[in-house]
Amino acid sequence: MTEEKRYPEKPEKVYYFGTCLMDLLYPEAGLAGMQLIQREGVEVVFPQDQTCCGQPAWNSGYRVEAIRVARRQLDCFNEDYPIVVPSGSCAGMMRHQYPEMFKGNTDELRANTLAGRIFELTEFLVHVLKITLEDLGSPVKVALHTSCAARREMGVATEHEALLKQLSNVEILEQSRKEECCGFGGTFAVKHPAISAEMVSEKANAITATGADTLISGDCGCLMNIAGHLEYQEKQIDSHHIASFIWERTHATER
Amino acid sequence: MQQSAEFHTRVEHALANGQIKASFRSAMDGLMAKRKAAFPDTEALEILRLHGAQIRANSLSKLPELLEQLEMNCHKNGIQVHWAESIEDANNIVLTIMQNHQADLLIKGKSMVSEEMELNQFLEQHGIECIESDLGEYILQLAGEPPSHIVAPAIHKSRQQIAHLFNEKFPDIPYSDDVDRLTRNAREILRKKFYAARVGLSGVNFAVAETGTLCLVENEGNGRMCTTVPPVHIAVTGIEKVVEKLEHIPPLLKLLCRSATGQTITTYFNMITSPRKLGEKDGPEEIHLVLLDNGRSRIYEDDELITTLRCIRCGACMNHCPVYARIGGHAYGSTIPGPIGSILEPQKAGLDKLGDLPTASTLCGACAEVCPVHIPIPKLLNRLRYERTRNDHAGATLGQSSGRTVMEAGTWKGWSWVHSQPRLYRLAMYIITRLRKLLPQRIGPWTQVRKAPHIAPKTLHELALKEGFNDK
Amino acid sequence: MTNNARDAILQRLQNSQPSFDNSDKPVSVETPEWPIKERIEQFKSILESVRAEVHLAHPDHWTDTLKSLAKKKQLNNLLYAKKGPLGKMIEDSWDNTEQPVLVNNEGPISEWKESLFFHIDAAVTSSRAAIAETGSLVLWPTEHEPRSWSLVPPVHFVVLDANKLYNTFAEVVEHEQWQQDMPTNALLISGPSKSADIEQTLAYGVHGPTDLIVIVLT
Repeated sequence: MTEEKRYPEKPEKVYYFGTCLMDLLYPEAGLAGMQLIQREGVEVVFPQDQTCCGQPAWNSGYRVEAIRVARRQLDCFNEDYPIVVPSGSCAGMMRHQYPEMFKGNTDELRANTLAGRIFELTEFLVHVLKITLEDLGSPVKVALHTSCAARREMGVATEHEALLKQLSNVEILEQSRKEECCGFGGTFAVKHPAISAEMVSEKANAITATGADTLISGDCGCLMNIAGHLEYQEKQIDSHHIASFIWERTHATER
Repeated sequence: MQQSAEFHTRVEHALANGQIKASFRSAMDGLMAKRKAAFPDTEALEILRLHGAQIRANSLSKLPELLEQLEMNCHKNGIQVHWAESIEDANNIVLTIMQNHQADLLIKGKSMVSEEMELNQFLEQHGIECIESDLGEYILQLAGEPPSHIVAPAIHKSRQQIAHLFNEKFPDIPYSDDVDRLTRNAREILRKKFYAARVGLSGVNFAVAETGTLCLVENEGNGRMCTTVPPVHIAVTGIEKVVEKLEHIPPLLKLLCRSATGQTITTYFNMITSPRKLGEKDGPEEIHLVLLDNGRSRIYEDDELITTLRCIRCGACMNHCPVYARIGGHAYGSTIPGPIGSILEPQKAGLDKLGDLPTASTLCGACAEVCPVHIPIPKLLNRLRYERTRNDHAGATLGQSSGRTVMEAGTWKGWSWVHSQPRLYRLAMYIITRLRKLLPQRIGPWTQVRKAPHIAPKTLHELALKEGFNDK
Repeated sequence: MTNNARDAILQRLQNSQPSFDNSDKPVSVETPEWPIKERIEQFKSILESVRAEVHLAHPDHWTDTLKSLAKKKQLNNLLYAKKGPLGKMIEDSWDNTEQPVLVNNEGPISEWKESLFFHIDAAVTSSRAAIAETGSLVLWPTEHEPRSWSLVPPVHFVVLDANKLYNTFAEVVEHEQWQQDMPTNALLISGPSKSADIEQTLAYGVHGPTDLIVIVLT
C-alpha cells in the first residue's frame, strides 16, 4: 500500500486474468476489458487453464485449499508479460497475498515474480496504455462504487475516476460515504447475512439518492451485491462493470 | 456451534434497535470527520504513522528487557511493581492492597484492563465498593452495562436515557436532560467520592521503561483525581504497554489523541514517576503498578500475531469500521470490541469462545488504513480465520481448529478440487451456464435482500476462444 | 505468587524471541519551528478553541490582569502560594480589603482537604513551560504549588513566561532533558476539564476546573 508503484512501458503482449465471477456472471465485461487493451494495439493472451485466484477459500481460512488453486494459476502465466486483472479484489489477492501464501515454499519465487506483474485493469489503461477515450454515448448520470480492495489494497480509486472523467457525456454523481464497504466481503455475506444486508441496503440507498441512472464498479463482487439488492428493491438503475461501460461508449463500429 | 448462535443473537438484537444504530452511526461519522480534520497533511500523517509503528515494534522487540528496566526504575522511584499471570492474580493483588489499607471504597479512572479483569464484580464480592469516575463509565455503572466503545464508553446511550437513569438512581436531584446539568450533577456526586476514597485506581496509556514513568491521557480530570487525591494509587496495565524511551512519548501521544477523537491533545496528560516525596503536600504516598499478562505472552510468540500488541487503544479502527458502526460494541461480547477487539480478544480468550469475531468483517481494510501504528488488522483477521479452521494442530493460538466443521471443510475441498483442474472447471462452468434457467432463484440468506445473480449463457473462457484470443 | 508470576512471564517472553523486520529505515519526523510571535499566536488560538482564556500581560503589571479577571469572575477567594514564584508580586499588589480574598495554606492537603474541595473558588499557579503546537501548559507541581491546586478548584489561573513557550512537546522533553530526572508528577494541561461522553456533546468542568485562564507575560 505504501510502496511506490512502478509501471512498465507499453508491452506487445499481456496476459488477462478473467476472474471466476466474470467467467460465470459478467463475461461480456471481461471481454470488454480485453477489447479495450487490444484496441490500443496490445495482444491479449487469455490462458484457458485459468480458474480462480483462490481468494474465496483464502479469506475463509482454508489455506491449503486456496494454495492448491492459486498454484494452478502460477502455471498459466509463465511468460514475462504483464498480467491484467479486471478486479481490484482479485488483483490485490495476486499482487499482495500470493507472496504471503507461498512464502518459504518451492513456488515462492514464481509467486513473487507473478505478483510483480499484476495490474488492475484501470491502472493498466491509465498508466501503461495511457488510454484516451472518446465518448460516443448519450448523456448519462452515474454513481461509481470503488471496491475496498481497489481503493485500499490496490490504491486505484483515482484511476477509476480518471477514466470515467474522460467520458464527456458522463456525469459522476457523488454518493454519501462513498469510501464505505458495500457489505459483500465474500463469505461474510453468507456467514453474517444480517449485517451484510444492512450494509448493502445503505449502500444502495446512497446510490439511488444521487439520482444516477447507472451504477458502475470495477469489481464484480460488489456489483453482484449492490445490483442484486437494487433489483430486489425494483429500482430502475442499470449496473455495469467499468470495463463494459467504457467499451460500449467508446467503440464506433462492430468489429 | 454455541458461540455462533450467541453472536448472531446479539447482532440481531443490535440491528433491530434503531436507537443504537442511529447513535453509533452518527457518533462514528463525527469521530471520522474529526480525525480527518486533525490530520490535514496526509504525507505528514503517513510519516507519523510509520514512526509510531516503529516505536511500538521496537519496544515489543525488547519487551522482556524493557519490563525489567521498567520494574527496576519503578522500584528506584518508590513505585511497587506486581506481576500477574492471569486476571485472578491481578484481582487478588488489588484486593490485598485494599485489605492492607482497610479500604472499602475504590475510586476508579477509566481502565480497559480493569474491565478485562472484571475487577468491580470481583471486589464487590469481597465487600468493596467500586466507583467509576469517568463520566461515560459512571453512567454505564449506574446502568449495569459494560462499555460499548473503548474511548467513548456510553456512546450507545441517548441523553434522555441518561437523564432517566440519573433520575431513577438519584430521585432527589431534579430531572434534567441538559448535558451541562447532567455533567454538573455527576461532578457533585463524584467529588464526594474522590474526597472520601482511600485508594484510587487507573489504567496506563504508556509506561516508560527508561524513567519508570506511568502516562495517563484524559480530558475530564477524573484520572488526575484518582491518582492525586487518595493516599494510595493502583495502576493496572497489560505488559505490552511499555515504551522504551521518554522521547517516544510525544509522537505516540500525538497519534493517540488525533486518531481517537481528532483532538490536538487531550486536556490532561499526566506523567507519574513516584509517590509523594518529602515536603510535597499531596499525591499518593503509595503507588502500585500491576503488570498483567493474561495471554499476551502467548500472542507474543507469533511473529505475525505479535503486531496485535502494538495497539495504543485509540479506537480509530472501530470508528471507521462499517460493521462496528452497525452492530455497536456490545454485540461483540468481548471487553474490547471492533476490529482490534476481533483480533485481540479471541487470542486471549480462545477461538473456541470468540472465534466468530474474526469472521465478522468484510476485510474492507478501513481499520488498517487509519491504525496509527500500522497493525495489519485484515491480515490478522484472515490469519485467525485460518487458525480457527486449520486441522493440523500445529499452531499456538488458543482454541485452534475449534471452528472447523465437516460441512464447511467439505465444501472448500470440493471447490478446491474443481478449481485446481482447469478441464474439470471448464466443464463445470459449461454445465452451469447451460442449466442456468433450471437453477434455484432462492439461495439462502443471499436472496432475502437480493435477487439471485444472473448466470451468463456462455463463460468468458468460451467468449475469449470465440473472439480469437490466444491461449498462449 | 508474584515472584513466580514475574519469572514465568519474563521467561515466556524471553523464550519466544520473535523475529522482527528491522529493515525499515528510521523515520525522521519534521517538527514545526515558529518565531516567538507566531508561537504565542498558535498557543493562544489552540487554547481558545478549547474554551480556555488567554491574556497577554506585561511582566511588571500582570497582577492587575489577574485582579481584574478575578473580580470579573466574582470570586470570593483565590488560593496562591506565598513561597511560590508568584507569591511576592501577588501579595504586593493585593489590598487585604480587596475581593477576592487571598488564601494561602502551606500544610499538607489532607489537613485542609475539605476547604480545598468545597470552599476554594480559584487557584493561581505558575507554569514551567508551554507548548505552542498543542496549546499546552507544562506544570511540574512543587511543594509550594501542589498538584491538586491545578485540579480541584473550579477556576485555575496560570501565569506563563512567554520565553518558556516551546514549539512542540518533543522539543520540551529534549531541550530540558526530562529523562534525566523526572519529577513526582509532570503535567500537560491543555484547557479546562471537559467530556463528550453524553451524545458527543462537549461539557466543561467535569471533574477539574471549568475555567482555565492563562496570563502570558510578554
